[in-house]
Amino acid sequence: MTMDRKIVIIGGGIAGMETAACLRDLGWTPVIVEQSSALGGHVAEWNCLFPDLAPAGKLVDSLRAKVEGIEIHLDTVIAAINYLRKGYSLVLSDGTKLQSDAVVFATGFSLFRAEKKEEYGYGIYDHVISNKDLELWFNTGSDERVPDNPKAVGFVHCVGSRDIKAGNTQCSKVCCITAIKQAIEFKEKFPKAEVYCFYMDLRLFGRKYEDFYIHAQKDMGIHFIRGRVSEVSETIDGRVFVKAEDTLSGKPLRVSLDLLVLMAGIVCNRDNDRLAQAVSLPLDEDGFFRSRDNVSQLTLSDKPGVFFAGTCTGPKTIPETLAEARSAALAVNEYLKTLK
Amino acid sequence: MIYQGKQKIWSDYQKDIPDDHWFYVRSCIRQSFFPGSEKFFMKIVRDDLGKDIYETEHHTTCGGIAYHCDTIPQETAMTIVARQFALMTEAGYENLVASCITSFGNYCETIETWREFPELEARVREHLWKACRREFKVPKYVAHASDLVYKFRNEIAARAKFRLVDHETGEPLRIVEHIGCHYSKMFPHKGVGGAEYPCVLSGMAEAWGGEVIDYPERRHCCGFGFRQYLVRANRGYSLSNTHKKFESMEPYHPDCIITNCPGCPFFLDRWQYVISEMEGKTYGQDGHGIPVLTYEELAALVLGYDPWDMGLQIHQVGLEPLLDKMGVPYDPSKKYLGLNEKEIMKPGLPTVLKCC
Repeated sequence: MTMDRKIVIIGGGIAGMETAACLRDLGWTPVIVEQSSALGGHVAEWNCLFPDLAPAGKLVDSLRAKVEGIEIHLDTVIAAINYLRKGYSLVLSDGTKLQSDAVVFATGFSLFRAEKKEEYGYGIYDHVISNKDLELWFNTGSDERVPDNPKAVGFVHCVGSRDIKAGNTQCSKVCCITAIKQAIEFKEKFPKAEVYCFYMDLRLFGRKYEDFYIHAQKDMGIHFIRGRVSEVSETIDGRVFVKAEDTLSGKPLRVSLDLLVLMAGIVCNRDNDRLAQAVSLPLDEDGFFRSRDNVSQLTLSDKPGVFFAGTCTGPKTIPETLAEARSAALAVNEYLKTLK
Repeated sequence: MIYQGKQKIWSDYQKDIPDDHWFYVRSCIRQSFFPGSEKFFMKIVRDDLGKDIYETEHHTTCGGIAYHCDTIPQETAMTIVARQFALMTEAGYENLVASCITSFGNYCETIETWREFPELEARVREHLWKACRREFKVPKYVAHASDLVYKFRNEIAARAKFRLVDHETGEPLRIVEHIGCHYSKMFPHKGVGGAEYPCVLSGMAEAWGGEVIDYPERRHCCGFGFRQYLVRANRGYSLSNTHKKFESMEPYHPDCIITNCPGCPFFLDRWQYVISEMEGKTYGQDGHGIPVLTYEELAALVLGYDPWDMGLQIHQVGLEPLLDKMGVPYDPSKKYLGLNEKEIMKPGLPTVLKCC
């Protein structure tokens, strides 16, 4: 068996990096192709992570350290993939040609474009931001949409998730707990601010998530309102005016806020269509890649030598993504061992 | 407020509106409430803009009021709509333009329903044939009359004798626009600018020099809502909706309200009188109300037509503060003179609301 076989990993987010590191540990030669100018994907833009508020940068740095020495192509996209009798031939956007025995799709997800939910006024009203904008603000402290001393802030869950009109019927899985995390962080920065979370239901499935929610409610005094926001407008003094329904009390609700944060959901990577067509891979109705099966073969595709890691097959938490990346590396390892 | 954000949305919701050759269907109620609106729409489109627009005395209600009050089933409403289409087909037209928002919504809903359920269209064709031996083609294009005025807003601006500008200070007038629920809330892509930030009326107001106010209850119902008013026991609900809108727009000191729908100008106009009598409160300057106009009336004012010829004296809230600001000349002594200077009777004055 030859151990110099090459595996191209498309995507340099946490799934791509973890897969690459594991494959190298197993003795193979991974190559990472990343479209942006740095490794880390969405997590690199996040401030800290639920449920322990661990710094996101620390995780990304540790993964970057694990892939040091691996061939990495940044600012590069896949221009073409061709299935050969033995492996794949890939052409990169900079003209580089790679021969690969296996390809791992670690292309991740896109954040739902919050402006598509027009009624929430993202990009229209001065103090409406997204979950990603808030993480950037946690990181940099710079965003003129975030007022200096907010007295009231709202978080709208499920923006573009479980929403047939928005074209995404799936639960994004991480928004509930992210909203709670961000609400807690906000409350810690502005203890006097009233913080409201508007949710349709709270899906707190992970270990410690429920504790985190109880902490937000009991210790931090965050208000959880079960009901969807129907529309957002602006008051004469530039505040955000929110109409919602409190379905537990059965009453409509109107509240003026200094800041509204939209929890934009996870949708398929916008490049999936193009990549899937290039290797005739099937996509699910929601645009994510379709695994061979959804129970025991999540990392396998219908094509020989093509594997999946992370959120390219659907929304996942970071621990799930990392576990799946390792699983994908093992699946690649098994596959390569069968090649002669 | 990020104006460019709205422009981005407007660019996503633009309609192709044919230039010419329209079959016009009037509203059931507008001619009673605001009699000049439809007359001046036809006058502007035909005489000022030189377009071919045709109407027939044979057209009837579209059935929208009965449909939205649940007194007739949808299939009956569709057969009435099919008859209107038959009149259009017989007259040799393919573009239908509706005066009424509810009719516009009703026509759009009917066509969309037939697109989804062609068997229903076939059944309605059969009903129509059995009922009156008529056949029809589905219109190539359905527009609301405001779509046409929006399309030609710049031509109107070019001919404007008066602008939505305070003629003394040069400041733009502050305009509240209200598009009506059935214009684009059902089918956002069928309204200019969509449902959340429609620009059909705001586009006119801006083209004619005004500044549009975006106030918190902008999207709220005018208070008509069919059953809110037509069911007598619900009328308090109708009034409370209108009251909510006025309380919300009051801090912005609007100079006038422009409307799109038959019901909206009526309720936004008449309920100001009721609120003033009940609470002693008025929303305009110095005890006046906020003038409420239809977009056709506003277009006609901008083009320099005489306010009393247009029937603006039929409004509950006096238009004089707006006319004064725009610099539109008017003869107060002729306010209640009709055609050939015939007395049309002077109404009694409210106790609180200043009407002239």
